[in-house]
Amino acid sequence: MIYDKLIFEFSKPGKIGYSLPKHEFRKYQLNDLKDNLRKQEMILPEVTELDCVRHYTNISKKNFGVETGFYPLGSCTMKYNPKINEEVVKSFSFSKLHPYQPVSTIQGALRMYYELQEALSEISGLAEFTLNPYAGAHGELVGLMIMKQYHISRKDFKRKKVIIPDSAHGTNPASTIFSGMEVIEIKSNDQGMVDVEALKEVLSDEIAGMMLTNPNTIGIFEKDIIEITRLVHESGGLMYYDGANLNAMLGQVRPGDMGFDIMHINLHKTFSTPHGGGGPGSGPVGVKNFLVDFLPNPRIKKLDDYYYIANESKAIGQISNIFGNYLVELKAYSYILNLGKENLMNIGKYATLNANYIRVKLSDYYKLPIKGNCMHEVVFDGLKDNPNDIKTLDVAKRLLDYGMHAPTIYFPLLFHQSIMIEPTETESLQTINSFIEVMKKVAEEAKSDPEMLRNAPHETPISRTDEVFAARKMIFTYKDYLDFMKNKE
Amino acid sequence: MFKYFPHTKSDIELMLKEMNISSIDELFSTVPKDVFLKKEYNLKSSMSEQEVRNYFKELDKENQELVIFSGLGLYDHYQPAVIDAITSRQEFLTSYTPYQPEVSQGTLQYIFEYQSMIQTITGMDVSNASMYDGTTSTAEACFMACNITKRKKILISNTINPNTINVIKTYLKFKNYEFEFVSSKNGVLDKDDLKSKINSNIAGLVVQNPNFFGLVEDYSGVSDLLHELKSIFIQNSDISALGVLKTPFENGADIACGDCQSLGIPISFGGPTLGYLATKKKYARKIPGRISGYTLDSSGKRAYVLTLQAREQHIRRSKAVSNICSNQSLMVLFVTVYLSIMGKRGLEEVNELSYQNSHYLYERLLATNKFFDPFKQPFLKEFTLETTLSHDLIAKALLDKNIFGGFSLKQFSEEYENLINFAVTEKRTKAEIDTLIEVLEGLS
Repeated sequence: MIYDKLIFEFSKPGKIGYSLPKHEFRKYQLNDLKDNLRKQEMILPEVTELDCVRHYTNISKKNFGVETGFYPLGSCTMKYNPKINEEVVKSFSFSKLHPYQPVSTIQGALRMYYELQEALSEISGLAEFTLNPYAGAHGELVGLMIMKQYHISRKDFKRKKVIIPDSAHGTNPASTIFSGMEVIEIKSNDQGMVDVEALKEVLSDEIAGMMLTNPNTIGIFEKDIIEITRLVHESGGLMYYDGANLNAMLGQVRPGDMGFDIMHINLHKTFSTPHGGGGPGSGPVGVKNFLVDFLPNPRIKKLDDYYYIANESKAIGQISNIFGNYLVELKAYSYILNLGKENLMNIGKYATLNANYIRVKLSDYYKLPIKGNCMHEVVFDGLKDNPNDIKTLDVAKRLLDYGMHAPTIYFPLLFHQSIMIEPTETESLQTINSFIEVMKKVAEEAKSDPEMLRNAPHETPISRTDEVFAARKMIFTYKDYLDFMKNKE
Repeated sequence: MFKYFPHTKSDIELMLKEMNISSIDELFSTVPKDVFLKKEYNLKSSMSEQEVRNYFKELDKENQELVIFSGLGLYDHYQPAVIDAITSRQEFLTSYTPYQPEVSQGTLQYIFEYQSMIQTITGMDVSNASMYDGTTSTAEACFMACNITKRKKILISNTINPNTINVIKTYLKFKNYEFEFVSSKNGVLDKDDLKSKINSNIAGLVVQNPNFFGLVEDYSGVSDLLHELKSIFIQNSDISALGVLKTPFENGADIACGDCQSLGIPISFGGPTLGYLATKKKYARKIPGRISGYTLDSSGKRAYVLTLQAREQHIRRSKAVSNICSNQSLMVLFVTVYLSIMGKRGLEEVNELSYQNSHYLYERLLATNKFFDPFKQPFLKEFTLETTLSHDLIAKALLDKNIFGGFSLKQFSEEYENLINFAVTEKRTKAEIDTLIEVLEGLS
């Protein structure tokens, strides 16, 4: 049997994979809904349980996970996801609780939320967190809504512009637009940092605030951070911390202490809940004391030892069905308890050590566009000695052949051939060394066998894909696929 | 040493030596001294794995798992064992967004299968790769309507789940869009009120079917009314119900959206679930979020890639159609495996069983003369009754029997005074339903 198929292609009329309880009340007939029922055809697979299990087991083998091998994806913090996190979710009642159950029956669940937000507040140097946002970009949107609401509450209606460095993640400007504000982009200086003079020029009484990632997206610490936050505050704006790179700061610096007023944390990055192939993540948003009233509803509060759900009138409103990706939050709390204060203190150090070691060891082979130390991730700008004009894309694809995931490529946008490597603290010197060896080998291959690199990867389940074809043909469903094949004949 | 930090003392020494520095702290030399953390976090000490287990075990003692007879957007349907087995595989669980298609075909293929399933269930043409939840996918559908029509006002049916309404309101308010409510008559959308409010400034109308009260609404004439004025028709639905109910396509909807929790995802205290969003092909380039598309690799092999990325924030930045970056990918796998196991017949049977169970409960409750149906409209698995009994009394009496049901809608709005909610899925046994009836019969 060849398993290289879509689940629909295993389908055979009459096969079933489910078992349901017997009908107890046959006198009630769904057909009584008559005209309300669908007539349109519905094509779902008809397969057995074994068909289904084999199919998904086989396609899983075409994926690369953190447990498959080294995953140095910059800006994504692909650290190891401890097994205890998963066990906690599965062992207890949390996944079976309904959020509208009587409050007396969900005290444990509410307490977990409350304690996690307290821990995040301590780690961030902020007053309080909401865990309701579902992901980093969602957190940004919520944080910007809080920023806007703060100015509105002070009747300072003209503050609608948000300063964003050109090195920022694409979500920053996009979130700003969807919070109903405008983007003012400022250029980075030749060291990849915020140009303080350029910042001064755009400051005015129309500035709502500034969004900043620190370490920034080039992996370096904004050394003028104190002055930046002072300038923005003096002009009446607020500082937003994009928590994408928080991992480097654990045990070193707290965003609140740097002068940030609002931030989000990516629990799926810094706090080890898995990425799940692109979600579910979790993007808690924390604020300083003077912004707490604006946090979204519902909130979980505590009175003595009793936890309860509250809706506040000054809140920006509701931004999620209820408490966000709760089970993801649970995993993050398991991680925090497991590591405790002693070990959380060391994360930034080891993550930074690993990244700098790679920086030093590869600097003879790959171009370093920025001088000096990096933080938890290092950015190269393509190959150094490159007579055959081998692109970053080719290097990345070749790494896949060696059983390693590619780094982030073509981001940050400041450089043309960006390769962004984030090793995280959970990778050993052995793994890092073997990665360095592979990177060197690829640099050699770029000189000796450029064609082989341009056609890489060679050892993966598929080779390079035709992305233009995908965008042009727009085949997004099995139905589209069948229509396409029919027209081809 | 700690189990997730692999660096031995000699490793660190060696690394520092290779880098020509004497301590890790030197790497932080650009950080201004004033902002350095001066002391350890004020947090709990590190716990062993056993201590973590015990901690959550203690915490869980303050929770009570109940037999669920309420819905409100989160339904206690059956989850085939296969789902947990598949979704626990590290290849799915620990991978990143499938930006490198050569090593991400697993994720890209199940997303493609999911999109195919959402397409056939909703009857629409194209689905995205999922969004955070049903409330946000509905808010994004409103943005889409504004984007397509270049108009700024959304009509919202007031029979939509209040959580969804609240999220739509927040999203629209901040984006400087307007909204107005369309009122209900007998618990369903009032088409006369809609007629009086629709005009050429309206970007779209959002409705929910089955609605917040569990009632099945009739949208005949609605799409014509909207399309005459080039407005967008958005239908939010609990997706499981669409396995048997008239599809958004059949209703003439332009965008179908809602939550997929009912397809194999545990209630999970509200999340993670996932929001679906499907539309017509002509609006494909206006869809927010990721999309997986079919293509070929360089040897002509069938493959899947993330496509139409020019809509998205990482390419288009401030001009993107949405700020969303992730999807709820792992939850997509829950839904895809669920639908593979259930198939068309299974999905229909889940609805039949839920229909039968809920109608049995409905009839028995009315027979007590303590509950009344204020609406008298068709429903599927969820219904709303009026009662003069104290809602607190009901909750307390049911809790004594380990049951959560008869949720008081007053908690959402004062205008729902006296209304309580029930939902009965295929998971509820006759014995459980009879226990609930017995408890309520005994109340006065």
